[in-house]
Parts: sequence; structure tokens; C-alpha cells
Amino acid sequence: MTNQNGRFGVHGGQYIPETLMNAVIELEEAYNHYKEDAQFNRELTDLFNDYAGRPSRLYYARKMSEDLGGAKIYLKREDLNHTGSHKINNVLGQALLAKKMGKTRLIAETGAGQHGVATATAAALMGMECVVFMGEEDTIRQALNVYRMRLLGAEVVPVKTGTGTLKDAVSETMREWTSRIADTHYCLGSVMGPHPFPTIVRDFQAVISREMKAQLMEKEGRLPDAVIACVGGGSNAMGSFYHFIEEENVRLIGCEAAGRGIDTFETAATISTGRLGIFHGMKSYFCQDAYGQIAPVYSISAGLDYPGIGPEHAYLHDTGRAEYVPVTDEEAVEAFEYLSRTEGIIPAIESAHAIAYATKIAPVMEKEQIIVITISGRGDKDCAAIARYRGEDIHD
Amino acid sequence: MTRIQRAFDNQKAFIAFITCGDPDLQTTAACVRAAVEGGADLIELGIPFSDPTAEGPVIQGANLRALTGGVTTDQIFDLVRNLRRDVEVPMVFMTYANVVFSYGAERFIATCKEIGMDGIILPDLPYEEKEEFLPLCHTYGVDLISLVAPTSEKRIAMIAREAEGFLYIVSSLGVTGTRSEIKTDLESIVEVVRQNTDIPCAIGFGISTPEQAAKMAGIADGAIVGSAIVKLIEKYGKEAPAYVKAYVKSMKDAITDVT
Repeated sequence: MTNQNGRFGVHGGQYIPETLMNAVIELEEAYNHYKEDAQFNRELTDLFNDYAGRPSRLYYARKMSEDLGGAKIYLKREDLNHTGSHKINNVLGQALLAKKMGKTRLIAETGAGQHGVATATAAALMGMECVVFMGEEDTIRQALNVYRMRLLGAEVVPVKTGTGTLKDAVSETMREWTSRIADTHYCLGSVMGPHPFPTIVRDFQAVISREMKAQLMEKEGRLPDAVIACVGGGSNAMGSFYHFIEEENVRLIGCEAAGRGIDTFETAATISTGRLGIFHGMKSYFCQDAYGQIAPVYSISAGLDYPGIGPEHAYLHDTGRAEYVPVTDEEAVEAFEYLSRTEGIIPAIESAHAIAYATKIAPVMEKEQIIVITISGRGDKDCAAIARYRGEDIHD
Repeated sequence: MTRIQRAFDNQKAFIAFITCGDPDLQTTAACVRAAVEGGADLIELGIPFSDPTAEGPVIQGANLRALTGGVTTDQIFDLVRNLRRDVEVPMVFMTYANVVFSYGAERFIATCKEIGMDGIILPDLPYEEKEEFLPLCHTYGVDLISLVAPTSEKRIAMIAREAEGFLYIVSSLGVTGTRSEIKTDLESIVEVVRQNTDIPCAIGFGISTPEQAAKMAGIADGAIVGSAIVKLIEKYGKEAPAYVKAYVKSMKDAITDVT
């Protein structure tokens, strides 16, 4: 899918300071070498299976399907991975690659803390130093994850600049990388940033749709009618979509965080409210004002609270191959509670955006149709925030 | 000879950076005139961006103050129109790719020409992406300034061969900001630059003292100072122009006798 210069249609590219150019060129060369390397792939598969607990389950949500009264619903259980989300897939791949490149230090941004925890975990496992940059606002929203990262031996740096959320954490990690490159790999957490990151992260996350396809063929003997995943930068969605892109009868649906609504300023729905721009190393869609100043976005979900979207998603939107829909805080919180009650599964508030949209379309689909929802992470981390949203004051 | 070439003609150039709209555009205009009176040979005007990923805390702060004050690209174009009534030194914009792209690249670059800007520096537009704006810069005769960094290594020759206006040599790893020491082997970088281009080169990032400026001007054709000036503006606000003039004079004096 990727063109020569990391382009997906007009999107992608490498809009970064000259200081980082040789680093991304070196990364691309290393990745192109190791992705074909049998030993590397064996090691990665062992880590996926024995350490992260892959393959993740494809679970038939019988009660939810019956309750909604339409399509059969399957849940791809990335929440059951070690560290509690899909983030570990990409992190194990990048950490192993960084190690092969001779790097001894990983730096990463994090929003909800899931990517930070996964990076801290891989660093501990591989004996690497780790520094995680996290928006100050998010260190408060996700205090438990800050503790987890420190427990794993990582240093957590609260980012006070800008809005103190995910975009500022990305900016600060980029700044850190320009100051220390020789021993340091930037373990970027989503299908975004400069080439080759969108391609590398997609490839490591593509294990989700590869398994999904095989598991559904085994259980149902057919492909799904729709695959639904939440989208911030878009890594779990890209991983969930990838092996279905060529299967034109499979609807691919990305659920963006609409926050308090796409007609308000408190939203993070990039496709619905953004326009084409250049930021964080890539050309893609961004929430921005008339002069190109990046907008302060909002979502109840710290993991989707990002003003852009990965370039391959922007391309899938342009071509119409994938659909992107906004889901509000209120709808996501209702879905969070619904899945907990109905299936005994507490999803991450990020994943709840995908569940919310599935509850809208499943009832109007035929009973023999199949929806797969990616549960990108587990929701333990969100319980305190959701309780607060509902007016209950509990401590993490 | 272009205005930029004249700034380097038979002398070492002192280049002053100022963030537009920090704390307001009137102060910016006064600071630019003060810098010119102090001896600045070229002015870099920063158009603030919400997320300046190449800047350290000092210039980040200036960007934030300017945007909080409500400054826009159109107001900055008006500032330049005003300045060009009497300011004759070359001026270049320093901003981020999205500010140009979002305004409409052609509209932005055509306006640069119309109001008398000589070039544009975009720290997030490396060699590989310069086609984004270069053809328009050629159409309108605005120089797209290239940067080389301590990590550029084999890329230096490639970048220098196609560089226009002047070449911006980034002195150190990391973001903008004052540094007590600059350790990069800048002599070697400048040597490669000179083998590959006739245009002048100036060193920036981390320079704040007259001694550093003299040393950098000894290696290259000029020195660029940003954060140290922005710090004065942060500290003295509307009273800053007098301090900027005195500071620029001390820096220009330090490089005047350098050969």
C-alpha cells in the first residue's frame, strides 16, 4: 500500500526537522531488512504468543447479538493481551527492531497510558532504558497507568506545554528525539508521524486482522460484513482493517471521538471536523483553525484525544474504502456500561466508541450478517473517570 | 545581487530572530527596527505556530504569548508592509509547514513576494519534502532556505548543492535555545558546504554570547540568534526594543572584526 516516499495517496511523507532525517532513513533500512528476516520473525512470533498471549480470542457475543436483535457480533479481544491492549503488538515489534539496531533506550508518547505501559513493559523485558512523555492533564486522568509505568522502571515526564494532552506528548517526544538520537529509538504508538512509522506500526498491528480473518473462517466459514474499531491516530483500526482492504464486501468502519459533539469545539473527530494539513511529520487531516493552528481537541477518552489521523486512514477515507463516523462521550459511556452489563466485559473507553456504533447498526442488519468489533483494550483504567462522569466520586 | 546576498557581502552577517506578536505586533515592529539600528543584517520573523516542534521552551513561550494575543498570518503580513516602508535589510519568515499549507501555499508565497519578504525557513520541511513549496517559491522569487544539522553527514553535500539564499547550519542536536557550549564539529560541516555551494552559510541554535557569535562567525559567514533576543522581549515586554538594540549591537560588534 505504501508508495516510495511513504505516501498513501497525497497523505503521509516525512515533514520533520533535518536533524531527524538520517534517523528515519536508518529506521526504514533496518525495518526493510528485518521484516524479511526469518530469525527476527521467529523471535517476534514467540514474543507475541508466549509473552503477549496471542492469538487474541475472537469471541461470539451471544447475549449482545440477541439483545440487539440483528447481526451476529464477534469481539476481537485485544483487551486480553498482556498489558491490556493492542499497543503491545506494535511495541514488541519496534522494541525488538530497536534492539537489533543497537539502540539501548526507548522513548514514547502516551495518551491514555496504554502505549506508555506497553513500551515500559517491553523496555523492562529487553533490558532497555525507557522514558515516557505524557500530557500533564492525562497523568491526572490516568494516574494508575503512571504508577504502572514507574513500577516497570520507566521515567514518566509530564508534559505541561499546549493543552497537556496527547498531541503535546508527541511534540515533546519528537523534541527529545532530536536531542538524543544515537542510542535512542522513538517507539511511536500509532499509525502516524513521519514515514516509515505509519507503515511499521500498521504491519505490526496487522496481526489483528490476520487472526480475525482466520478465526472467523474457522467459526463461520466466511468473512464478516463489517469490521468496526475506534480511531484516534488509528493503530488498532488499521490493524483490524488491513487484511480486509482487498475484500471489498467487508465494510470497514472507524469510530472517531466526537467528545461533546461534532457541532461543538469540544471534539476530536478529525474526519468530521478537520481538513488537510501538515503536522507531526505527516500530511493528513487535522483539526485546525483557518490559519493552520492545530485545534485543542477534547474527548473523554485520553487515547482518542488527538487532533489528527494516520495518513493511511486519510487515504482510505478519500477513496471511500473505509467509513469514519463520530461517536460522542455520552454514547461511548453508555456502550461502556452496556458491554459490562451484557457480556461481563469492561472495555476501554476508547473501544467503547466502536461498541456504541455497533449497537446502532446491528439491529438494522440481517441475522445472518456478521460484525466484528475490536475491543482494543480493557476498561479497568477508565472506571474512576466513568464514575466521575456519572457523578460518583471514587479514587483510582 | 539579491538583498540576502548583500547582507553577507564583504562582512559577517548577524541574523536576529523575533517572534511576531510577542507580546504584540507594535512591540514586534519596534524590536525589528531596534535590531536593525543595532546592526542586524538580516531579520528572521517567526510566524507563531500552536505546536512548534523544533523550538525549545523560550520560543515555545513566545509562540504561545503571540497566539494568546490573537495574532494571525494576515496581521503579520500587514506588519511587514508597515516595516518595509523604512526597513531595507533582508527579511525571511520562519514558521512551520502547516502555516504555509493551510493559508494556501500559492497565496502565502505570492504575498511574501508582494510585501517584500526575501525567503522562508520551514524547520519541518526537509530536502525530501521541499517540492511541496519549492516550485511556487521559484515562480514568485522567494528563497526557500535549507537547513543542515549535526546529524546530516552525507546529506550535507546534497542539501548544499540545491540550497538558495543562505544555508542555515543547525549548531547542535535538539531544539532551539541558549547553550553554554557548542560541541559539534562545525568546521567540517562548513568545509563540505563550501565545496558544494557558493551561497553564504550561517550558524544558529544555542548562540547567546558575543564570544559564541564571534566564534561562529569565524567558522561560517554569519551567526543567527533567536532565544536570547526572545528572552529579552519576554523579560521587558513593551520596553524591550532598547534592550534588543543594545544586545544586537554587542553581538554585531563582536563579529565585525572576525575574518
